[in-house]
Amino acid sequence: MMKKIQGAIVINEERCKGCALCVETCPFGLLQIAVRKVNTQGYPYVEQTNETDCTGCANCATVCPDACISVYRKKVL
Amino acid sequence: MTREEIIQSENLVMAKPRLMNDTTMHYCPGCSHGVVHKLIAEIIEEMGLEEKTIGVCPVGCAVFAYRYLDIDWQEAAHGRAPAVATACKRLWNDRLVFTYQGDGDLACIGACETIHALNRGEKITVIFINNAIYGMTGGQMAPTTLVGMKTSTCPYGRDPELHGYPLNITELATHLEGTAYVTRQSVHNVMAIRKAKAAIKKAFTNSMNGIGSNLVEIVSTCSTGWKKSPVEANKWMEDNMFKFYQIGDLKDVRR
Repeated sequence: MMKKIQGAIVINEERCKGCALCVETCPFGLLQIAVRKVNTQGYPYVEQTNETDCTGCANCATVCPDACISVYRKKVL
Repeated sequence: MTREEIIQSENLVMAKPRLMNDTTMHYCPGCSHGVVHKLIAEIIEEMGLEEKTIGVCPVGCAVFAYRYLDIDWQEAAHGRAPAVATACKRLWNDRLVFTYQGDGDLACIGACETIHALNRGEKITVIFINNAIYGMTGGQMAPTTLVGMKTSTCPYGRDPELHGYPLNITELATHLEGTAYVTRQSVHNVMAIRKAKAAIKKAFTNSMNGIGSNLVEIVSTCSTGWKKSPVEANKWMEDNMFKFYQIGDLKDVRR
């Protein structure tokens, strides 16, 4: 069976300013700005809509200006 | 595989750089400054120069840069960062000295200091964030504002008859004998960010090896000043800024 890469991201919602650059960058469109939810800074923050399709490519973390996304990646059989 | 099994420290690919302080940045959402701060933190960590780096802060949006990166900083008077960096580098020759300046600081009030420091071939790196507007003070016209671009002090667009032409200081620096590496990059997408990182790393390596002065211009967005969303600002920059400010290495004496 082919090896599959599974990724996961952790978003620091308190630091997110909702600029949506990661939403545009994600190649699979797995991120969105949370609807009607804000953090204590008053910004709408980003959330992951689908956890299973993430490959951990780290594009979202690369473009994040506030460095609030951590990316993990693991090969699974 | 569950999410908890993946989120283990040995699987970590990318996170906040160790050299970035746990301070909330005052920058607007989507500001390019954050990305460049992150790149500088990553590069200094990769080069192992945490204890040997001196940054010089400008006056402008990046005035609080010393709060965000855990290295030594010196605050300079408006536009005088290259002069302060010259002193730092001449006194501590084994240190990595860089300035971090915006277009109002570097191309307007500090144009004289910048050009002379680069022309003297000081062994420093100048990081120039060019967003073609004065972001901090409310979106006024900068020397780098494009012809026809609307700002709060030229609401009908920049008119060359009245306001003159935009100052392309990076092109100017290529003609100076003292510069070793002059490049223009941007941070609007993943590919551009990786290239910008390589460029800054090269400039820092040159500075440490004592090879001329280095200028890295980062063409940036100012979504607040341009009155656009961060995503629209990136698109606008690609469509308009890159025609006048062309991306790429302009001078590299080591090539």
